Amino acid sequence: MTSAIRSATSNKRVAIAGNPNTGKTTLFNELTGARGKVGNYPGVTVERHFAALELEGHGEVLLMDVPGTYSLSARSHEEQLAIQAVAGLHPLERPDLVVCVVDSTQCVRNLYLVLQLVELGLPLIVALNMSDRLEETGQTLDARALAQELGVPCVPIVAARGRGLDELKREMARVLADPRRGRATWRWAPDDPLLEADMRAVARELPSEMTDGDAARERALALWALLSVDETDELQIPASLRAVVLRKRKLAEASKRNLDEEIIRGRYDWLDARAKLFLRESAARASVTDRIDRVLLHPALGFAIFLALMTVVFQALFAGADPVIGWIETFFAWLGRGVAGLLPAGLFADLVANGLIAGVGSVLVFLPQILLLFLFLGILEDTGYMARVAFLMDRVMKVLGLHGRAFVPMLSGYACAVPAILATRTMERQRDRLLTMLVVPLMTCSARLPVYGLLIAAVVPVNGSGPLAGSGPFTQGLLLAGMYLFSTVIALLAAAVLGRTVLKGPRVPLLLEMPPYRVPHWASVVRMMWEKSSVFMKEAGTVILACTVAMWVLLSFPRQSEPTTPAGIPSEIRPVAEASQDEAAATLQQSYGGRLGRAIEPALAPLGFDWKIGIGLIGAFAAREVFVSTMAVVYGLEGADESSTALRERLRTETRSDGSKLFTPLVCLSLMVFFALSCQCMSTLAVVRRETRSWRWPSFLFAYMTVLAWIASFAVYQGGRLLGFE
Amino acid sequence: MVRLIDLPDGQEGRLVRLEGERAFRRRLMELGLLPGTPVRVIRRAEIGGVLELEVRRARLTVRTSEASLVLVAP
Repeated sequence: MTSAIRSATSNKRVAIAGNPNTGKTTLFNELTGARGKVGNYPGVTVERHFAALELEGHGEVLLMDVPGTYSLSARSHEEQLAIQAVAGLHPLERPDLVVCVVDSTQCVRNLYLVLQLVELGLPLIVALNMSDRLEETGQTLDARALAQELGVPCVPIVAARGRGLDELKREMARVLADPRRGRATWRWAPDDPLLEADMRAVARELPSEMTDGDAARERALALWALLSVDETDELQIPASLRAVVLRKRKLAEASKRNLDEEIIRGRYDWLDARAKLFLRESAARASVTDRIDRVLLHPALGFAIFLALMTVVFQALFAGADPVIGWIETFFAWLGRGVAGLLPAGLFADLVANGLIAGVGSVLVFLPQILLLFLFLGILEDTGYMARVAFLMDRVMKVLGLHGRAFVPMLSGYACAVPAILATRTMERQRDRLLTMLVVPLMTCSARLPVYGLLIAAVVPVNGSGPLAGSGPFTQGLLLAGMYLFSTVIALLAAAVLGRTVLKGPRVPLLLEMPPYRVPHWASVVRMMWEKSSVFMKEAGTVILACTVAMWVLLSFPRQSEPTTPAGIPSEIRPVAEASQDEAAATLQQSYGGRLGRAIEPALAPLGFDWKIGIGLIGAFAAREVFVSTMAVVYGLEGADESSTALRERLRTETRSDGSKLFTPLVCLSLMVFFALSCQCMSTLAVVRRETRSWRWPSFLFAYMTVLAWIASFAVYQGGRLLGFE
Repeated sequence: MVRLIDLPDGQEGRLVRLEGERAFRRRLMELGLLPGTPVRVIRRAEIGGVLELEVRRARLTVRTSEASLVLVAP
């Protein structure tokens, strides 16, 4: 993104600002034809998006999509991003033109932001969006009269249908050619003498690179400082400016004045007094949205519908994507074998088949769930239902320190953490997104199921002997349900703890708009699905591919020069197939990964694991379900899966060096707990890195989950032994 | 004068005073909820712990804990 800024310094810069949920991003995409997420809930744009737009007479101008904001007063880092981009607090960031998108049906309230932009003297165009919806809300808006009152051009548009965009582009070209056209000659300023005196005192401390020496801009920035600065803000401003604002605020408080109210009321009074000149309102009819909400937000029925909808989403992710995932896996296995067969047997064929092709497969395997999840998210957001999810779930999620919108990502985590982490974008604050990313990997994802399947089957034979024999499938099911419950409780507890410690942040009041229901804008839903998938494949995919190859190296090097035979069994009396399997086992055991497995055995012994399980855990880092196939290779049963009786039997009969059984129920439980809590998934880490743009958070995620897993497994194993279990 | 959460569904009141943190008060005022402005409670989500309001033809949601910081005259 920085290169986009740098390479385009000679181009004119146009910022698209506006309240949240006014269709800024839709306009941005309609104008530039690409790149940017569109949604029907407040605060969808978190990052700034840049794109080039061809304007007549100006060549390419740089269009910036700015996070939605209700005003220019800022407190958090995210708000400041928006403000810097439009208000030009930093001289290098000042736009040549601001297009402020206004929801025509919420005109006066949206004009509060417009008025502040007018005050700052930035060349401005007001885009009156959703002008087609005025009639159904019983309003008429006279754009020409509004332009007259504000002193800046106003253009009615319908961004979602591309209406009015040509006129908007023409106006943009005109204002860029002559900035005075977009600058009001008269700008609002308070007429209260006390407030005016405060304003002037603050204005004197403003650094000149903020003000451009423009007296009206100086007044506007002074008002901005009075409204924004306090003891707890995160703004980067000169200390002298901060000091004078704090002093003025204290003085005002002492004489029972409320500066915030004085300034905000001044602007609203001005707008309200002029509203009748450009806006005509008749009594609103009961809207369609109202009638839908009567059902969807009904205390009982609404909640039932919500649960039903979430069940559909979850089922689709979990079961619906499954066959496609199966096809992809089968296809890449087939392709790997086919290509390996064509190449001369050896290292290169192995690299291509088990490194590269398997790696591409392990990236593509996420696509069905990502596409499905973003199809649902797109529909939920675009229709306006997502805002209702927060309405229905806020209390529950707040107790856990999570945002109301975290519900869908958390639920998706039961299918797979990777799409779930991508879906955290639906939250506007960095802290909310991070917290959700850090706990989603604790949910029982579908990759853990084969591991649980194998271990549970090893502990509880459906028919056979053993401490839990006889109860069969019922006990197996109970154990699996227990693992789901366990992971959910731990994830929620982790959210509550992390939200109060590592990610402690200021409590933010929930003030959301309830957007009216809309028919989804399918083009933007599809665009978002495409964009998310391609970003995943390009950015996370390359890391996953690299990790797959690295895992291949780790588990197949150093190569063995001559086959060794396990001690005690003369090789000549064993069948050939078995010999090659033992060879695979020996290669794995001798590999770097195998050596690492041995090296970490002391750390794993207190959990009840031996070095062979250690190798399995290392292999599982590629993807959790790989544990099963790695264990199969370790035990010389290549090709066995979790339902293979041979592998289960092997686990049941495996012994430690002292002859005691290795996979006792207690060890299996300890291992399952380890799998439930540890972050054995490089794809999750890759996607967290991509979303947070640093290795810091994925490292933290890996560290905290591994420590948590170790402690929990230790407690299970050692506690179990103290209680007399084996 | 009552707290906004005590206003029955569907009833309108006039905003009298805002309490709580500055950021909260400022945000409400910037959304047009200044003292003197009419506010109507549309519905509430008991499980969600959220109140839906109508202010200046717009629908806003506020947490019940925060709605108790808003004083209105019915």
